[in-house]
Amino acid sequence: MNTLSILNLLAGLILAPLLPGIINRTKAVFAGRHGQPVLQTYFDIFKLLRKGAVYSRTTSWVFRLSPVIGLAAVIAAMTLLPALSAPAPVSFAGDLILFAYCFGLLRFFLVAAALDTGSAFEGMGASREVQFSALAEPALLLGLAALARATGSLSLTGIFSASAGPSAGPALALVSAALFIVFLAENARIPVDDPNTHLELTMIHEVMVLDYSGPDFAIILYTSSLKMWALGALLVNVLFSFLPLHGPAAVACVAGSMILLSVLVGIVESIMARLSLLKVPQLLAGAVAISVLALTLVLRFTS
Amino acid sequence: MIILLDTLLVTLILTGFLLLGSSRLGASIRISALQGIMTGLLPLALEHGDLFSYVSLLGVAVIGLKGYVFPRLLFSALRESDTSREVQPFVGYMASLFFGILFLMGSFWLDTRLNLPVHSSSDLLVPVAFSLMSCGLFLIVARRTAMSQVIGYLVLENGIYCFGLAVVSGMPLLLELGVLMDIFVAVFVMGIAIYHINREFDHIDADRLSALKG
Repeated sequence: MNTLSILNLLAGLILAPLLPGIINRTKAVFAGRHGQPVLQTYFDIFKLLRKGAVYSRTTSWVFRLSPVIGLAAVIAAMTLLPALSAPAPVSFAGDLILFAYCFGLLRFFLVAAALDTGSAFEGMGASREVQFSALAEPALLLGLAALARATGSLSLTGIFSASAGPSAGPALALVSAALFIVFLAENARIPVDDPNTHLELTMIHEVMVLDYSGPDFAIILYTSSLKMWALGALLVNVLFSFLPLHGPAAVACVAGSMILLSVLVGIVESIMARLSLLKVPQLLAGAVAISVLALTLVLRFTS
Repeated sequence: MIILLDTLLVTLILTGFLLLGSSRLGASIRISALQGIMTGLLPLALEHGDLFSYVSLLGVAVIGLKGYVFPRLLFSALRESDTSREVQPFVGYMASLFFGILFLMGSFWLDTRLNLPVHSSSDLLVPVAFSLMSCGLFLIVARRTAMSQVIGYLVLENGIYCFGLAVVSGMPLLLELGVLMDIFVAVFVMGIAIYHINREFDHIDADRLSALKG
């Protein structure tokens, strides 16, 4: 563990709430509006932290525990994530599976808390979240497996510090495409879910957290922006793994690319409509297919 | 060049997946046109240095036919039939995609078992050919509308063409052009068949032909 990896982790923890702000600003520019401040998520989090929390009488300890566990799971995932050649604070063989299932733990507790409220509306959102992530998870894991096979390493730090040969180029491009779809689906962005449609029947993620208020909701907001940062940084690492960057330049490259990625998400949200609910599994199955293709290519090239 | 070739082949597989997953017939025609152009570019990327003029002539012929003439014919047939999408395929789009994945893995497995005398510089060409062939056959079997079946036929032909490129080095130009001519006539005849199916049944659902049985 060195100062560089701590710097990388801190950059993620501090800059993550910036991403939703940048996405919203990009959408506002596209629509010709001025838009809310880029730092709006920070303001929201600080405002919510100063308020008190209200708990429904039907909820139990699961409901109060889940935001904290979610936050811990996402921070644990972020400690496993390197910035190109700069190593992650924690790394061991097989940590890519832990990385994927940290998000599984977060999702499980979010869903359990949503069911705990006893609201039919939140139960519906929970059902959709689980359905879509059941399809997004194979795409993520198969993509990670392809990366592991291409570089011959089972830890994220090892994968991104070793450069795969140029013959793995098409496979890396495919993994990036699959990861981008997973990124959009897991963060409930537009082709899968529209984060702006509060209280409409099409939403997935937002509906599950309706009963949270005050500091709990602040933690949920922070957790979801950290999740966006972690999955986005994974994608950026895959995209730029061929760049020979070392030291602070690598950390700066990842942080800068995260901003570009959120501009890209903003553009996608401005030019695309949300897919109908029945089409979403098709999109995610497409991501799985792309990941399988990448894995097959890699198996073929390295055997 | 190997990167260019592999990118083309990977794009071919992806277009196959897209065709398996798309319900709009117009989009399917466009994707199959793209696939045709990709297969036309393949011999150019394969680098048979000494045969360059023959190879480029064939490539131009394939691109012209599969990228321009066939889509035009199919679009005119589609316009007359007044149908825009495949409504109820025999196998759903999700299941089709998973079949596509199975075909892909199956064709890579088959390639390792067959030990073909491959002349190509890329290991990928034969598995891609198998996967396109099985995708094409699947589209013919699993879709209802005649239009999707014609597209499946074209995908099948693209697969056979790739297979020919991989296994037979330097097929005579005349033979290749003859095959292209045959496909042209086939698509032309299928266009007429679609027109007649549509006039008889007010739809291009080829399944209704079974109603003709006595």
